[in-house]
Amino acid sequence: MNIKTFSIGGIHPEENKLTHEAETQVAPLPHQAVFPLSQHIGAPARPIVQKGDKVKVGTLIAEASSFISAPIHSSVSGTVAAIDNAIDATGYRKPAIIINVEGDEWEETIDRSDKLERLVDHPELTPEEIVKRVKEAGIVGMGGACFPTHVKLSPPPPTKAECVIINAVECEPYITADYRLMMEHADEILVGLELLMKAAKVTCGYIGIETNKPKAIALLTQKCVEVFGSTNYQVEVVPLKQRYPQGGEKQLVDAVIGRQVPAPPAIPVNVGAIVQNIGTAYAVYEAVMKHKPLFERYTTVTGKQLQKPGNFLVRMGTTMQQLIDLCGGMPEGDNKLLAGGPMMGKALTSTEVPICKGTNSVTILTDDDARRKEPQPCIRCAKCVSVCPMGLEPYLLAKLSAFKQWERAENEAIINCIECGSCQFTCPAHRPLLDNIRQGKQTVNGIIRSRATKK
Amino acid sequence: MEILIAVIMLGGIALLAGAVLYVCSREFAVKEDPRIAQVNALLPGANCGGCGFAGCGGMADALTKGADKGSVDGLNCPVGGGEVMSQVADLLGMAIANGEPKIAVVRCNGSCKVRPKTIDYNGLRTCAAIHACGAGETGCGYGCLGCGDCVDACQFDAIHINPETGLAEVDEEKCTACGACSKACPRGIIELRKKGPKGRRIYVSCVNKDKGAVAIKACKAACIACKKCEKECAFGAITIGNNVSYIDYSKCRLCRKCVAVCPTKAIQAVNFPAPKPETTTNVPKQETATNERKEATA
Repeated sequence: MNIKTFSIGGIHPEENKLTHEAETQVAPLPHQAVFPLSQHIGAPARPIVQKGDKVKVGTLIAEASSFISAPIHSSVSGTVAAIDNAIDATGYRKPAIIINVEGDEWEETIDRSDKLERLVDHPELTPEEIVKRVKEAGIVGMGGACFPTHVKLSPPPPTKAECVIINAVECEPYITADYRLMMEHADEILVGLELLMKAAKVTCGYIGIETNKPKAIALLTQKCVEVFGSTNYQVEVVPLKQRYPQGGEKQLVDAVIGRQVPAPPAIPVNVGAIVQNIGTAYAVYEAVMKHKPLFERYTTVTGKQLQKPGNFLVRMGTTMQQLIDLCGGMPEGDNKLLAGGPMMGKALTSTEVPICKGTNSVTILTDDDARRKEPQPCIRCAKCVSVCPMGLEPYLLAKLSAFKQWERAENEAIINCIECGSCQFTCPAHRPLLDNIRQGKQTVNGIIRSRATKK
Repeated sequence: MEILIAVIMLGGIALLAGAVLYVCSREFAVKEDPRIAQVNALLPGANCGGCGFAGCGGMADALTKGADKGSVDGLNCPVGGGEVMSQVADLLGMAIANGEPKIAVVRCNGSCKVRPKTIDYNGLRTCAAIHACGAGETGCGYGCLGCGDCVDACQFDAIHINPETGLAEVDEEKCTACGACSKACPRGIIELRKKGPKGRRIYVSCVNKDKGAVAIKACKAACIACKKCEKECAFGAITIGNNVSYIDYSKCRLCRKCVAVCPTKAIQAVNFPAPKPETTTNVPKQETATNERKEATA
């Protein structure tokens, strides 16, 4: 059988999935939890607690401040110590709620039993009710981009969803959190998918998994037949060839249903697909069926030099330092600390950064792996052009950005760039292509926005 | 004979074309106010954009049209300064409010010595790139990044990175206050301030908006918003907002009392003559003493 994948570009970096078979451990509670108010794309949440307030696990501490925003719930019980600036993944000090942990008392509304709830037993769950619960639980895309899920589930007319695609690709090297989640909570994920399909008013669903996870493919295929075999839902597990950046929304839509998402502002739903991460499906199950807001997540802590890399179920607000200590502490020498994987991850300047809704991994690269080589002149080999999954010309975009030729950069579709880093990864001259393109993309996006507001 | 035909033909074409060109130049001439060209000749011709127009031509046009309407307020050539503007005013028969000469001021004092490196940045070395991916190589998320985006933006070779301090420094002789560096700086550190009499001016050389304790941890020369300067100032020129002090140069009388009380020496006074003997004995001694103590504790 011909294994599917996306049509243009792509690379295959060394996988280094060190923690594939490491069972998920529950990380201990932190002493102090930090909740940055801006953990998602969109407007920062607005705090509704004050210093000295008592909170429980699952208490709403900040509400969504606009449509594209998400509320934040406490992951711990204790006292609000301060609402102050704290360092987050951007490297800057941003407003955050800081809670001192006392005990572990949960809100009574949360169902903590292990019983698997099925959608057939809950006729009260209309699509609107599901979206409402998802919104109230503060669920955002768990793959890293953190786009509020309820917005994705309410596509603006006239666009109409035709299918839900679950992103279980995990094409980033090192990260295994999604894989562990699939192996440990397959039943819940399928109920989550059913909820997502019902909310999006579609009957067709796909689960895209790369072939480096054969156990997960076998498990989910078998479960799909069991769960959806006798219903009118059509769910298919799609094995995909290992190729980065297959986990990008647009690449996944191309790989699974063979449709190409047009240039921004178009999103996958313009071609009829709603893409959700596997972690999001699980969070949706917990939120809708168990009334449990999004306050903990699966995170991989990994690195070649780390003594005991592992997968953890972490309460949000736990600092990375604490997780690193659980894995045997920071390795000696210079290290590069990333929130996320080595390709798309955000380099951090401090280990005090808390785990947020989108932190799927804490990756520690050694100096040798991380340090860049001296850039050489471009030899026009066009390797970057052939690997670009968006069909762009990275060498040109980088040059235009460096010379501040914004108009030409816009014409060359710089805003289509998904910042996957394939060009920089493959460049034999070690040129900082993505660094330049990212600058250009930001500037051009700013120009486009200011043009729109002027009109 | 054949040569003669060729000469006559070419000569004829030349005459005809000449006649057409003459008629066109008379009939379709664009009438431009002659003063625009005169004003343009007076302007420096650097096309730096410091006035807010794309180049000197645009400025000359705006000045002439403004003069016809009776007001040229708000138009100022920062490069030419008062001298050029008064010449333009004479030409147009207008009174122009003589803009105070200004200069670009780099408001960061966090040299390599006082602001230790906490991480090793390895990517593209431009200020904009570093600013976009985090606080930079030091713990201060507000200070000078030292990669010289301002140097590239300056058309007058008036700003440079001092390799010893790692900070941008303005060459007072060359700076024309066009504001290009200020726009290029992703951190908004560079401000256009009044040049001051004999170039004397006082400013807070820090824009760190973190709380004092956090700021001083990242940089020993940071403004910690202790409010000593605000209390000391008799003219109400100093305000503290967002955990950082700011001196309003239109109110400042250059008394330098704030400079003396600032515990972190974040307030800078430049181009003042060497302090009188009594202050030399007092102030610097204290400073060296505190410095020594700091070093000892560090």
